[in-house]
Amino acid sequence: MAETDLRTTTRPILETRNLTKIFGGLTAVNNFDSQVREGEICSLIGPNGAGKTTVFNVVTGIYKPEGGTVVFNGNDITGQKPHQIVTGGIARTFQNIRLFPNMTCLENIMAGQHCRSSAGMWGSIFRTSHQKNEEFHIREVAESRIRQVGLWESRNELAKNIAYGSQRMLEIARALATEPGLLALDEPSSGLNPHETEELMVFLKSLAKENLSIFIIEHDMNVVMGISDWVIVMDEGAGIAEGRPETVYHNPRVIEAYLGYDDQQADGEN
Amino acid sequence: MEDTRTSRLNSFFSPQQGMLFAVLGIFIIYPFVANNYYTDVAFFFGIYALLGLSLNVVLGEVGLFDLGHAGFYAIGAYITAILNTKLGIPVLALLPVSAIAAALFAYVVCSPIIHLRGDYLCIVTIGMGEIIRLALINNPFDLTGGPNGVFGIDFPSLGSHFVIDSSIEYYFFIWIVVGFSIIALIRLQNSRIGRAWNCIREDEIAANANGINVRYYKLLAFVLGAAMAGIAGNIYASKLMCVSPESFSFMESCLMFCIVLIGGMGSIPGVLIGAAVISLFPEIFRPFALYRMLIFGTVMILMMMFRPGGAWPRRRGGADMRSIMNIRRKHG
Repeated sequence: MAETDLRTTTRPILETRNLTKIFGGLTAVNNFDSQVREGEICSLIGPNGAGKTTVFNVVTGIYKPEGGTVVFNGNDITGQKPHQIVTGGIARTFQNIRLFPNMTCLENIMAGQHCRSSAGMWGSIFRTSHQKNEEFHIREVAESRIRQVGLWESRNELAKNIAYGSQRMLEIARALATEPGLLALDEPSSGLNPHETEELMVFLKSLAKENLSIFIIEHDMNVVMGISDWVIVMDEGAGIAEGRPETVYHNPRVIEAYLGYDDQQADGEN
Repeated sequence: MEDTRTSRLNSFFSPQQGMLFAVLGIFIIYPFVANNYYTDVAFFFGIYALLGLSLNVVLGEVGLFDLGHAGFYAIGAYITAILNTKLGIPVLALLPVSAIAAALFAYVVCSPIIHLRGDYLCIVTIGMGEIIRLALINNPFDLTGGPNGVFGIDFPSLGSHFVIDSSIEYYFFIWIVVGFSIIALIRLQNSRIGRAWNCIREDEIAANANGINVRYYKLLAFVLGAAMAGIAGNIYASKLMCVSPESFSFMESCLMFCIVLIGGMGSIPGVLIGAAVISLFPEIFRPFALYRMLIFGTVMILMMMFRPGGAWPRRRGGADMRSIMNIRRKHG
């Protein structure tokens, strides 16, 4: 019961209202409404091609929506540029890891601090005290983040040379270094082995405890069921169900979307 | 924090620093040992080093294929030549003017094309470089002197006592400018600006999604690169005392491109090696002048096959990290 209260009482940090995104003749996202509440882990699930990643790309400014609004922390951020949105407090990771391959792990994370620092070209050339202090701070944040994800030993390795699972964690650490209010993760467990997935779940839960909101696209149902406070299900660009994980898991429409419209199969599930 | 700063000072004299001082010593002694001709060769090495460094900002740090860099070089040289011969403004005073003019030009011309990627940008910049060269040949407003160019540019001077007019003075002039440029560029490399540039080179979308204003930093690279090329143009114009369009041909842009590729993208020591190869190569192979380009082409091909990262690729991690600012190392 207390858990249901969590959903109704906390403030929404991210809202999409009537979000619509059209590619040529294809409506990838169709009047999609959603809410992510402060401090919760909200999962966005759905079959392949449902439009989940498109929602992420619209929210983080990579695509401009044809209709609808994205509201973050009470501000309308629809149509802002990606770098403005990160500065505003939404950090993201990508489905196919997008690190800076020929930079060291530490430099990758330091890049995340870019939007929280301000030294300009002249400040950097003349090494003003402001720039030195700022650089010191960037370094400290990056070091604490790299330790947080357990990659301290690899800090001077090039990002392309570390293991796949570590690259995933590094990407999350880089996103965290932007000091976000909302962390948007696009399939963070894909390509991870069961042990790494377990570690990831523990890590994400620990982040949520520190009142960071997490919006996550996930295919692994164990992860979804294991960490989500709230689950939103998409199919063909629209939200078809939402609720607590266990409720959604048994929702006939969700089963239908995943397994098709054959009644027998839908009954057979679980 | 204070005691860690001093401990950093102690580690300042590493083997690398020793090497640096040795190289510096050779540079200072060289013109007093070499004759005028070889001092001039070293001067042109300096010009190419400065041009290489300027293109390295655009091509090496940000990964923007700019094959029209000679255009910015030309603008610096012609601004100096025209303002000096027509209005009599001292050449040294025109040094910043050349830089600002080339930078402004880069800003105006590159703003609309900055979103282009890879080969598309490459073609547009080739066009830009060619348009500048053809405009100079066509003698607009009777300013550029057409194919003959502009003659009679002064020596750089401060009053009447300090005049840069000998090979040795030019040598020191260009290398002091190169030296300051290197210091500034190393500092930029190790700042958030340099990291932002590298991030854009590595993955533009990820850079944007991490709060880097891709457009701004690409333009900044172009503007800074153009300003440095403009400075090189100013010094070149006063050294030759005349400028003509053929000095700023497409070939010149290609040579700068080669400098960066030979040395290793984004590597400052690499640029110096590349500039040395490009400027000293014709001198060494003077006896085989006929086959020079043949040898050069072969070397480039072999280079790309066996050492695609360049002669001295930029090293990241340990060495670089150590020099990132005056930052204590808490661990390790």
